[in-house]
Amino acid sequence: MDVILFLVFAIIAVVCAINVVVQAHPISSAVSLVGVMGSLAVLYLLLGAEFLAAAQVIVYAGAVMVLFVFVIMLLNAGAESRKGHSLMVQVLAVPLLVTLLGLLAYIVQRIYRSDTTVHFGGFTHGTPQDVGRALFTGYLLPFEVTSILILIAILGAIVLARKEID
Amino acid sequence: MSPIGTFHYLVLSSALLLIGTVGVLTRRNVVVILMSIELILNAVNINLVAFSQALHNIDGQIFAIFVITDAVAEAAVGLGILIALFRNKETVLVDEIDLLKW
Repeated sequence: MDVILFLVFAIIAVVCAINVVVQAHPISSAVSLVGVMGSLAVLYLLLGAEFLAAAQVIVYAGAVMVLFVFVIMLLNAGAESRKGHSLMVQVLAVPLLVTLLGLLAYIVQRIYRSDTTVHFGGFTHGTPQDVGRALFTGYLLPFEVTSILILIAILGAIVLARKEID
Repeated sequence: MSPIGTFHYLVLSSALLLIGTVGVLTRRNVVVILMSIELILNAVNINLVAFSQALHNIDGQIFAIFVITDAVAEAAVGLGILIALFRNKETVLVDEIDLLKW
């Protein structure tokens, strides 16, 4: 059961992620990104992170994607035409990508030691209660600093996006 | 016992990271580049949650919440910059925004 759920939603996530990058129209990319966020929420649920799964759906698939779609509509951005690549890109792109892939595989192989298996219900300390306790005791200062960061981000977005009034 | 381990989640995370990197490097539309950055941040979140599960420790999930918060702040400011840029340059393609190019 866990294997099927993991495989199905991991494949959906990867296919949707590839679709985000290859689609020419930004709206298609945005809809594919919603698919990635939704399947990742299911994977968080499999890992026992209930609160994070809910936050993923509400914050990412809800708020952030609405913001993206709103900006795409506002700017009336059409499909993007492909441009020819320079010689350096044509020669170096694939080798560099393979190098990055090899490096990632090496690091994952190297760091990964324990062979802990993941099964549904194996770790149940991701409830809102546990997250809230950790957030408001051990991580109180980072939590408060994050609220200041969000305040700065709101002010910055308003200042950047408003019309110049002379 | 299920054969799916932390390793498989790390592989999924690496795949999303690579796809996001390719998106940032190859796309010309700023909105799609911002979406690829969101993909990369989500790859990081899978790692954090998977290790949180493997170590039976909730700290990874707390970090993932902070990453989500930062990603939202980054998207809001990035799209604000994009709107200001579009008002001045009338384009969302990065190769046509070459104000600082000598």
